[in-house]
Amino acid sequence: MVINLIKRFFGRAFSALFRAKKELSLGFYGPPNAGKTSLANRICKDWTGEEMGSVSRIPHETRSVQIREKVEIEYNSRKLTLKLIDTPGIATKIDYEDFLKYGLGKKESQKRAKEATQGVVEAIKWLDDVDIVIVVLDSTQNPYSQVNITIIGNLIARKIPVLIAGNKMDLRKSDIRRIQSAFPEYDVVGISAKSGKNMKEFYEMLFRLAKKAG
Amino acid sequence: MKRKSIRTSRGNVTLSFIPYGEIANLSSVSKIRRILDLCLENRILIIQGRLTPEEETSLIQSTMALVGRVKNFKGVEIAVISGSTRNESVMDRMKENLAKALVGDRGVITLIGPAAIVKEIKKDPKKIELLLK
Repeated sequence: MVINLIKRFFGRAFSALFRAKKELSLGFYGPPNAGKTSLANRICKDWTGEEMGSVSRIPHETRSVQIREKVEIEYNSRKLTLKLIDTPGIATKIDYEDFLKYGLGKKESQKRAKEATQGVVEAIKWLDDVDIVIVVLDSTQNPYSQVNITIIGNLIARKIPVLIAGNKMDLRKSDIRRIQSAFPEYDVVGISAKSGKNMKEFYEMLFRLAKKAG
Repeated sequence: MKRKSIRTSRGNVTLSFIPYGEIANLSSVSKIRRILDLCLENRILIIQGRLTPEEETSLIQSTMALVGRVKNFKGVEIAVISGSTRNESVMDRMKENLAKALVGDRGVITLIGPAAIVKEIKKDPKKIELLLK
């Protein structure tokens, strides 16, 4: 009896220890130009001193999945080891002519559009390999787009814990409440990945999200 | 209910209404193929019911595979309009879920149109606007 109790105690202690050390795969999902890479860069810079990928005002700057392993976050005496997976923006349409408006040449725009379509397919495939997800939305834009609803609906169907980050809250047009009323059943945190505004609350919610992954 | 097409005053735009019964029993692959075939014919689809989240992502993947391969195809615009409100009681929601399980989600309309024709589908909780190019 006593031996069994001791065995059970050590079993639980060891499993808790290994669970705590496990690397969680954190996916960044959202529409193009919402600031997924900016947020991934912010987290990376905060905890490793290096950035992850390039950002641009031209949509679909990230056209293939970017991965950074073993990012250790230590916050308020808690530790979290993450594999950051920055995915290309998900869209239902891509028109190379939209890139011409940003001063890109025709060939460069067509190449960018082709890579972007492949990126969307790749991003969706990666849904099978993430433990937790941060859906990054541009808080200056209408949150009721079908892409946002589809991404969140898929995560729920797959039982993947979600945190919605309303990015660009430093901008005048930002409206975090509109995101909260569009997705009232999910946790929403307003941030500015660019300026670092409200990142403390973001990290608090990130730990809560990680806990949900068990 | 049969599929109905309404030709608008714009020469190349056709609105097609697809009743629930026409796609409800199709496999996911067949549903997506049917939708994309109609979009490639430059039709704007009004579908009774909605796709599952998995079907929606498969539709996006299939759409992306066609962009750049099919001439002038730039993708699609999608919006789902639901009649349910968030203020419903638990009992009302249970009744709604039971009805969905028995006869399918018929109180929802899905709008899908080719991006070459549909510029944007603007949606907020109170209204939906379909803007043509």
